[in-house]
Amino acid sequence: MRDVAVVAFAQSKHERRIEGYNEIEMMMPVVGELWERTGLSANTVGFTCSGSTDFLAGQAFSFVTILDAIGPWPPISESHVEADGAWALYEAWVKLQMGEIDSALIYSYGKSSPGDLPKVLTTQLEPYVTAPLWPDAVSIAGLQARALLDSGKATEADLAEVAVRSRGNAKANPKAQLAGDFTVEQILAEPYLANPLRKHDCPPITDGAAAMIIAAGDLARELCERPAWIRGIDHRVEAHALGVRDLTDSPSTRLAGQKAGVGDGKIDIAELHAPFTHQELILADALGLGDDVAVNPSGGALAANPVMAAGLIRIGEAAERITAGGADRAVAHATSGPCLQQNLVCVLEGEG
Amino acid sequence: MAKQLAAIVGIGQTNHTATRGDVSIAGLVREAAQRALADAEMTWDDIDAVVVGKAPDFFEGVMMPELYLADALGCVGKPLLRVHTAGSVGGSTAIVAASLVQAGIHERVLTVAFEKQSESEAMWALSLPMPFSPPLVAGAGGFFAPHIRAYMHRSGAPPHIGCLVALKDRQNALKNPYAHLHEHDVTFEKIEESIMLWDPIRYSETCPSSDGAAALVISNEAGGDANGNAAWILGTAMRSEPTMFAGRDAVNPLAGQQCADDVFAQAGIKDRRAEIDVAEIYVPFSWYEPMWMENLGFAAQGEGWKMTEEGATAMDGDLPINPSGGVLSTNPIGASGMIRFAESAMQVRGQAGEHQIDGAKTALGHAYGGGSQFFAMWVVSGNKPG
Repeated sequence: MRDVAVVAFAQSKHERRIEGYNEIEMMMPVVGELWERTGLSANTVGFTCSGSTDFLAGQAFSFVTILDAIGPWPPISESHVEADGAWALYEAWVKLQMGEIDSALIYSYGKSSPGDLPKVLTTQLEPYVTAPLWPDAVSIAGLQARALLDSGKATEADLAEVAVRSRGNAKANPKAQLAGDFTVEQILAEPYLANPLRKHDCPPITDGAAAMIIAAGDLARELCERPAWIRGIDHRVEAHALGVRDLTDSPSTRLAGQKAGVGDGKIDIAELHAPFTHQELILADALGLGDDVAVNPSGGALAANPVMAAGLIRIGEAAERITAGGADRAVAHATSGPCLQQNLVCVLEGEG
Repeated sequence: MAKQLAAIVGIGQTNHTATRGDVSIAGLVREAAQRALADAEMTWDDIDAVVVGKAPDFFEGVMMPELYLADALGCVGKPLLRVHTAGSVGGSTAIVAASLVQAGIHERVLTVAFEKQSESEAMWALSLPMPFSPPLVAGAGGFFAPHIRAYMHRSGAPPHIGCLVALKDRQNALKNPYAHLHEHDVTFEKIEESIMLWDPIRYSETCPSSDGAAALVISNEAGGDANGNAAWILGTAMRSEPTMFAGRDAVNPLAGQQCADDVFAQAGIKDRRAEIDVAEIYVPFSWYEPMWMENLGFAAQGEGWKMTEEGATAMDGDLPINPSGGVLSTNPIGASGMIRFAESAMQVRGQAGEHQIDGAKTALGHAYGGGSQFFAMWVVSGNKPG
């Protein structure tokens, strides 16, 4: 494989409701920051790929107006995935592997505030039998959490500990939506939102955007003092129906992790896209992360969960820690679909 | 490392019709995928990854339906990627699938594109509100009609050209068993007398709303050699430009010109009209045939309509366009681009049955989308390059 690295990453300040700004206005400053930092532009970058979903915007072809905003003139080589930006990164990485271009812009965004997100996500379910029953996304996550607790692999206190750590880590993240000091006891005293999940076990509803530039070989070194090299990237999907898989495990994450080479060296930090506390435990287990790995130093999706950008942000957060010298080898993960149905794993490394 | 050779070794499409009430969305995509696998003489186990494309999820009301389709497409434990680039998506999806092989990441990739338009109302789903504009756009035809009028004014094309294209494509569709429209009694007069929907676009110059899916199996070089009748990919290209910008020309978009320049250069084609044997291009409204002849560089500016009038684009012309009947006869929007790409590959494999162009060796597949702003193209050959 060709050497490709994350050389620049930017994200918006994530908020419960970004009022007075549409998706274009939310996205433009983030992309603009990358142009300023790298000296690249829509015309000089080799490829552009974005990730988003029409179901958040409530409009067909919603990605089209966002593309207009980045100024594709003269025309650019460009594509879009109806998915989290992490999969847009994958498509762009494939394009660079073909060897004809040396750089790509990836961007993604999600403005959840105009709709009812748990119900919007219901439309992701099998459409003829399941979706018409309108099971909402939090209740479905509750089923998975219950299965995990019943299996004996975790306790409610273990879930609360994830929330305490995430909220605490997020205090150092200026882009985070939720942060603060909590105790396990405080969280366990909360009422259930969707038994056994409490409010702190669930992600906030977030408006936000993110963008990234990747580059190959010497161009990466030119654009960034310490590029975060993508040593492996792979994604796998599982069956859709919840009844046919073991919800307490994530075999697709395990397989993607093996293909991406997670176990090939020591991992310093991991940014896992776990919107719910119990999912972080499932993912860490599937990836075989030891206790010495700092999981979600950014606070993770529990601190800010802009749908369709939260996965790309995990990769960006991991890459920034490598670029800043705080980590040498990191694993980043993105998820999609109900109860961790689809998972992407990316291994990043710094040089020297 | 350099780009590797990739080839189409399996092609499948569904029977297209206004309402496929006999199948779910999963049943529809599986029908196309199984036909592609059978054509490739492969099973689900032979496939390394799946790439799915369709136009907006609002058409069927399912958000990111590829997640629900994972089981039906045999992807459990495999990579599944979803592409969405508006009407060009079928073409873009095939290109992304090809790039997974060309980059050396996978050996065999299944790609599927679909639309089940009967589960929606495409006319109003495509009536997008434009900021700062009065809401006059009714469906895609309402959006494209002014561009067609501008083309007619600019080129001096006589008003019957659109009817000639429609007659040709609907007659070609009679030779294609998978086509949605089979109008056995079609005549020039019937088309000319059909109701005017969006002046100058008549009812019979308009694509139908179809349910349908298309699928391809794309293989690496070894698989192409083993197949013995592969369609080799000589070039792929995608280009995008803004929807609204005073400097753009919606009649002859720069993105389309540059996409064509790129794909023909990759394929080593200099004289496009002489070297391309057959082309499947995205013509949802009849007038887009002459317009795209110019945009693709097959004709000089203002001369595209002459190719249609002379019969150059007919089955027995020097550059047959849409022998399958094209989008004008079959339009499951998310799949329409992939059908163009698939039909171009069928032609160079000599697999197109009654609508086969004799001796076709080099073919263009073309798709466009949005406000004529997204383009995807490939050139395929029955001869292995190099």
